[in-house]
Amino acid sequence: MRPFTQHDGLVAPLDRSNVDTDMIIPKQFLKSIKRSGFGPNLFDELRYLDEGKPDQDSSGRPLNPDFVLNQPRYQGASVLLARHNFGCGSSREHAPWALDDFGFRAIIAPSFADIFYNNCFKNGLLPIVLDEKVVDQLFAEAEHAEGYRLLVDLESRQVKTPTGECFEFEVDDFRRHCLLHGLDDIGVTLEDADAIRAYEDRRRDSAPWLFGAIGRD
Amino acid sequence: MSGKTLYDKLWDEHLVKQRDDGSALIYIDRQLLHEVTSPQAFEGLRLANRKPWRVDANLATPDHNVPTTDREKGVDGIVDPVSRTQVETLDKNCDEFGILEFKIRDQRQGIVHVIGPEQGATLPGMTIVCGDSHTSTHGAFGTLAHGIGTSEVEHVLATQCLVQKKMKNMLIRVDGQLGAGVTAKDVILAIIGRIGTAGGTGYAVEFGGEAIRSLSMEGRMTVCNMAIEAGARVGMVAVDDVTIDYVQGRPFAPKGADWDRAVAHWRTLHSDDDAVFDKVIVLDGAAIKPQVTWGTSPEMVVSVDAQVPDPAQEEDPIKREGIVRALRYMGLEPNMPIEAIKLDRVFIGSCTNSRIEDLREAAAVVKGRKVAASLKQAMVVPGSGLVKAQAEQEGLDKIFIEAGLEWRDPGCSMCLAMNADKLGAGEHCASTSNRNFEGRQGFGGRTHLVSPAMAAAAAVTGHFVDVRELIQQGGA
Ligand code: SF4
Repeated sequence: MRPFTQHDGLVAPLDRSNVDTDMIIPKQFLKSIKRSGFGPNLFDELRYLDEGKPDQDSSGRPLNPDFVLNQPRYQGASVLLARHNFGCGSSREHAPWALDDFGFRAIIAPSFADIFYNNCFKNGLLPIVLDEKVVDQLFAEAEHAEGYRLLVDLESRQVKTPTGECFEFEVDDFRRHCLLHGLDDIGVTLEDADAIRAYEDRRRDSAPWLFGAIGRD
Repeated sequence: MSGKTLYDKLWDEHLVKQRDDGSALIYIDRQLLHEVTSPQAFEGLRLANRKPWRVDANLATPDHNVPTTDREKGVDGIVDPVSRTQVETLDKNCDEFGILEFKIRDQRQGIVHVIGPEQGATLPGMTIVCGDSHTSTHGAFGTLAHGIGTSEVEHVLATQCLVQKKMKNMLIRVDGQLGAGVTAKDVILAIIGRIGTAGGTGYAVEFGGEAIRSLSMEGRMTVCNMAIEAGARVGMVAVDDVTIDYVQGRPFAPKGADWDRAVAHWRTLHSDDDAVFDKVIVLDGAAIKPQVTWGTSPEMVVSVDAQVPDPAQEEDPIKREGIVRALRYMGLEPNMPIEAIKLDRVFIGSCTNSRIEDLREAAAVVKGRKVAASLKQAMVVPGSGLVKAQAEQEGLDKIFIEAGLEWRDPGCSMCLAMNADKLGAGEHCASTSNRNFEGRQGFGGRTHLVSPAMAAAAAVTGHFVDVRELIQQGGA
């Protein structure tokens, strides 16, 4: 996985609460068996005026001029500013894949849906929870000043504004560690293979019905 | 020291290792796989040259992309080539890694959350995961079950474990008895209306109280299924006789001496009397009426006898903007009665409401009546091939067909419209599924979530109506 230490990026404000995973990446694009290529269909129904189809070149499609990511001042944005309960709905990891493929590296919101939050970390995308009042302030600043950027520092767990104001955020030690070093979770877990086997041996004695019932004949 | 909650017990029993940084390795007893969220996980295994840790912990089936007609043709019957590739990829992966899969032509095929319990692959006390947020369904059996992303699907395939942090405990208690015509679906919609779509975020939710205890397993599954719609990854109901009776005799359930041992253990799977929850929410079951969603989020829900809300009455500016936006998308006017909403289609199905009891409830309402002429379509999609066979044995298919509803083959179907079953732009649908997000059932489609009985009532009248009135009238 790509490590994340620090990122300085242009901010795009998406002023809408309860943005669900169907909005982030509509279901017709989930038919891919790959992990990449979802960027052109990020927020498809909000971004384009027509109905998006899988396997279609999106470059010539009519854009919705009102949608924030279509405005010239937010081109190249890599920090998404969002509202409450961002990423609610399904468990589809296609949502962080699409955000990542589009070019986002960090998302700031007052709250996230649990599964989405978790999925972000697996893909080198950093979800940051900041207090609602702080998020309100960042929205106001981003909408006011063209070219507004934020510096996200995972090492020091801080978001820094252009005026030097700093906001601390919380993040799990384990997740932070994996992201900072770009570690493969599976590799980390397999270091405990002996503990897993010992657990299984105990369970086979205490609950044998959990083993071997399902299989191919 | 206070006692343990059901969640505490399940957590402790599956703890492989507590790490110093607060995270924990949790053992996973069962993984369910389907075609949409697994291909990249299998590909990841191959790229890293890894094998599944325990093949017998997995069960797979295609459900999201399968057509609900012409199933004799098998995979070749999937017209959309991209959908077909996804189903073929699941077949190929399961064959390569030796994982048991109920393929498209197997009678045991169905929606993963229907077939797990049906086969006894879902057993009390298990930890269960699936790359699908409605995995919370299985919590109805006193299991710790939740949805995961594709990276975690790969992680579980490779290690049989997940890295987790313990959640907080919430109890949602529904006291009293439900009225006639009020179902599990109305209970969970009322709960979501009360606590909101983020009300359960960060919590493992246990549903309890007399109204929940009185539900069948099907009803409990409906409630737990939509825990995620309240933001909770995990929804649970304690084990009791209803649970054990349901599990007994299922194909993968333990037998003989193992069964007795298992049952003795399962009977301990409830919260202790002195367990402390971080949060408790109480509802009066007797006060719950049939529910209908009017907006684009499951929390936008009211009783069938109420009106569409008026944004002018909402003080919070963000919420007000949300209501305005939802009304615009849904094409509804403030203050119009819910019963005045005209419908174009009716969908009875999905992992929320496609089990035998759901179909019986819907059939009881349409029996002897006809689908309203104003409807374009009303369809019933059973949750699995076995549910379908059972319904046909009971003659439910004939009741539906005589009333003018379509009787389809099992799958997710119009719940998320990845197959050919979709809403057209602007169409209103009474749906027994779980999400009314914009575009969920088709581009521009307008979804209203209801119970199977309410969907059936809507089918025969062409608009929403309190199903309790139809029940009183009896068959036509
Ligand atoms: S029926 Fe709907 S909610 Fe359930 S698994 Fe299928 S698509 Fe998901």
